[in-house]
Amino acid sequence: MTSPLSKTGMAACLIVLILCALTPLLQSDYLIDVVTEILIVALFALSLNIIIGYSGNVSFGHAAYFAIGGYVNAILLTTYGWPLLPSAVAGVFAATLTAAVVAYFCTRLTDIYFAMLTLAFSMLVWAILFKWRSLTNGDDGFTPVHVPAVIDDRTAFFYFTMIVIVISIAVLWVITHSAFGRSLVAVRENVGRAGFVGIHTRRMRWQAFVIAGFFAGVAGVLFGMYHRGMYVESAFWTQSAQVLIMTLLGGIYSFFGPLIGAAVLFMLERLTNEYTEYWPTVLGSILLIILLFQPDGLVGLGKRIKNKFGGGGSP
Amino acid sequence: MLDLIREFSPGLAILLTNPQFAFIQLLNSISQGMNLFIIAAGLSLIFGVLKVINFAHGVFYMFGAYVVHTVFMDWGAPFWVGAIASALALGVIAAIIERTLFRQIYEAEHLMQLLLTFAIVLIMGDLAKVIWGTEQYSVSYPASLKGATDLGITFYPSYRLMLCVIGPLILIALYWFAERTRWGRMTKAATQDREMLAALGINVPLIYTSVFILGSALAGFGGALAAPFSSPVPGMDATLIVECFVIVIVGGLGSLWGTFVGALLYGLVFNFGSVIYPNGQDVFAYLLLLVVLLIRPWGLYGKPEAGGH
Amino acid sequence: MTALLSIKNLWKDFGGFVATRDVTFDLAEGERHAIIGPNGAGKTTFFNLITGHMHPSKGSVEFRGKDITGIPPHKVVKLGIARSFQRINIFPRMSVFENVQVALMSREDQSLKMFKLCFDLHVAETNQLLDTVGLLSEAEETAGELAYGKQKQLELAIALAENPDVLLLDEPTAGMSPTETGDAIKLVDRITKERGLTLLFTEHDMGVVFGISDRISVLHHGEIIASGLPDDVRNDPEVRRIYLGEDADAAA
Repeated sequence: MTSPLSKTGMAACLIVLILCALTPLLQSDYLIDVVTEILIVALFALSLNIIIGYSGNVSFGHAAYFAIGGYVNAILLTTYGWPLLPSAVAGVFAATLTAAVVAYFCTRLTDIYFAMLTLAFSMLVWAILFKWRSLTNGDDGFTPVHVPAVIDDRTAFFYFTMIVIVISIAVLWVITHSAFGRSLVAVRENVGRAGFVGIHTRRMRWQAFVIAGFFAGVAGVLFGMYHRGMYVESAFWTQSAQVLIMTLLGGIYSFFGPLIGAAVLFMLERLTNEYTEYWPTVLGSILLIILLFQPDGLVGLGKRIKNKFGGGGSP
Repeated sequence: MLDLIREFSPGLAILLTNPQFAFIQLLNSISQGMNLFIIAAGLSLIFGVLKVINFAHGVFYMFGAYVVHTVFMDWGAPFWVGAIASALALGVIAAIIERTLFRQIYEAEHLMQLLLTFAIVLIMGDLAKVIWGTEQYSVSYPASLKGATDLGITFYPSYRLMLCVIGPLILIALYWFAERTRWGRMTKAATQDREMLAALGINVPLIYTSVFILGSALAGFGGALAAPFSSPVPGMDATLIVECFVIVIVGGLGSLWGTFVGALLYGLVFNFGSVIYPNGQDVFAYLLLLVVLLIRPWGLYGKPEAGGH
Repeated sequence: MTALLSIKNLWKDFGGFVATRDVTFDLAEGERHAIIGPNGAGKTTFFNLITGHMHPSKGSVEFRGKDITGIPPHKVVKLGIARSFQRINIFPRMSVFENVQVALMSREDQSLKMFKLCFDLHVAETNQLLDTVGLLSEAEETAGELAYGKQKQLELAIALAENPDVLLLDEPTAGMSPTETGDAIKLVDRITKERGLTLLFTEHDMGVVFGISDRISVLHHGEIIASGLPDDVRNDPEVRRIYLGEDADAAA
């Protein structure tokens, strides 16, 4: 699971990176928008996988940190006129701090109770965002968001997002392939044994949760600015479920899996919404198919196909 | 002193000075709690035996509300026929889902099970839109329970009084089922050791199916009962399922009595909380959950083993 | 000479069922001590009490003179006591190499380091450990897919990775064929001699432990009924009665 990028892997990453950077040259607003959104949601899914794939716990409330990052940044920019850097940092910090507190309590429990507690905390965040109308505008949505002039242009914002996201993904890659990352997988694999090789498992899971919250906050900050608004739905449990499905679809046992899952699901949703309003049914059916036939997601499917044609590989 | 309270919370002041108002809030708490209990009991039952947390319980509730609307309002049958129809309809749906889908996932990890039930939420949610459209319907109160009853201290809506009574009745019925019938004993045994039970020649899959049917029928029935005041509309399942989770976890997963107490607590916290601090309406429930889980991580009447592993 | 590991009047009561009954026991440094007993004698519970997986109802456990009763497992291992488990207890979806490497990283307190890439960490030592237990050629295999015997070897490698002073092996030959058992015991013998480890291990077959133990204790229904040199224990009438007389499951 955690192996250094092979030469082909690195080449693939480089190609994707270059293609990505060239997007604005195609002069298509639609394409720039799509890639921007995919980048943001990919980071969101990758951050969740630190908890699920690497740490082995299920979080049903990951949207909370995404929403907090987005709202804090949006409010500071717009209502209080903060400059971009302090505002964004504050947003990410708020998300990370919340994650740290929530994780402290959640890591006392495991399995279902852990999941339910994460759900409860995130619904608490939702309820606060919903009710604190004076600050957040409640369910009318906090909009418009004052985006600083330097990134107010579509292309400029695209490159800004791309730089932030690529750096974030790189950092996440390092973390998941660090001593911490590998030890975390051991905790996932056998929490009892991990304890008995001297690993402080609760601390590990807490740290993983905080990291996940941090990057969810980054994604949220970008999201709020991109959409020029933040809405309470972003914190509702259905949003957490959606990102969970993205992560699962891509494959939780690989690093890039969630990224692929996020991109695929995002595009599917866009396309489906153009023809029918029954995206939930499509999503539900996809979910059923994955769960019943391919629980290790698209990456798992890719591996199976690869193995059939000779030679295993690394993600 | 009272003026201080009135400034801080007008609602609290009224509660303290007006016994009728306080009593009404108490009855509101109980009636809402009992309605939620009926639904949550189904969820708790399904978890207790099948060890599955059924996210779809919310859409089952919603279907129950829609079905009673169709049978009672559109077809003109008596309200109670509609409510029973809701229970039956959900029983049938549950049986189909359990046979085709759930069977596959009993041995799977919890994440997979949760997501399977969520897939059902997505599909059935759209199905409801297809069948019933997207407008909000209204369901009248049944004629026999229209209006209010004179309780001496105050008048109170008869329908809600009925809820206060039917809740405990269902608790007793479920308790009787669990403790005094052969089915109940087999269900308990299946929870503990399904292989042994199967070795004794008992049809364990049938027990599982029956539990799922009963639990879902309760959701449907609860939805029907809720219909007059929670008008059937798409999305009504989203908040309800979280309410159910709060109740079941506060009470302790797998404990029927815990669910009952949890539901009552929820009703009390929600109603009195909303009166004292109207702005915190949605927040109180989650605070209740958090406070309980911090003191008793497995709920008030839960046991660590009940979490399933 | 003070004992390395000293257990005094240890009791474990599971609300009516007494798993460990007034066990007093000393383990000297460098000693190789086998604990035998039929299934259900309480061997695993006894280990659990030493390593902090369970809390005793009464009594104490001392290591190098320091009271370690009830200290959590991850701290016990840091003190120098490593353990293998009766049921396979490895990291199934990680490779054999990673299984051992993780233990080494933990020993060096690196488990929380997020920015230290793991690819070059402890490679030499990991390979050396794998070589010691005979798994070097399987280093890239997925641990969960190994044959049972090899998984047990991996268990041993993980325990050794922690650089312990005391090695507790819970039924290291469970489920093995006679040949595999012989090989496993030879391996344990060689490793403990090479590294000067103190060894405490459990078995339910007395014949297996004879060549390798300095002393043997017999555990029966949670109580130590005999303890001493192998020959003395073998000829102890009480032990003979239990193993060859009334107890049916001791016939195994």
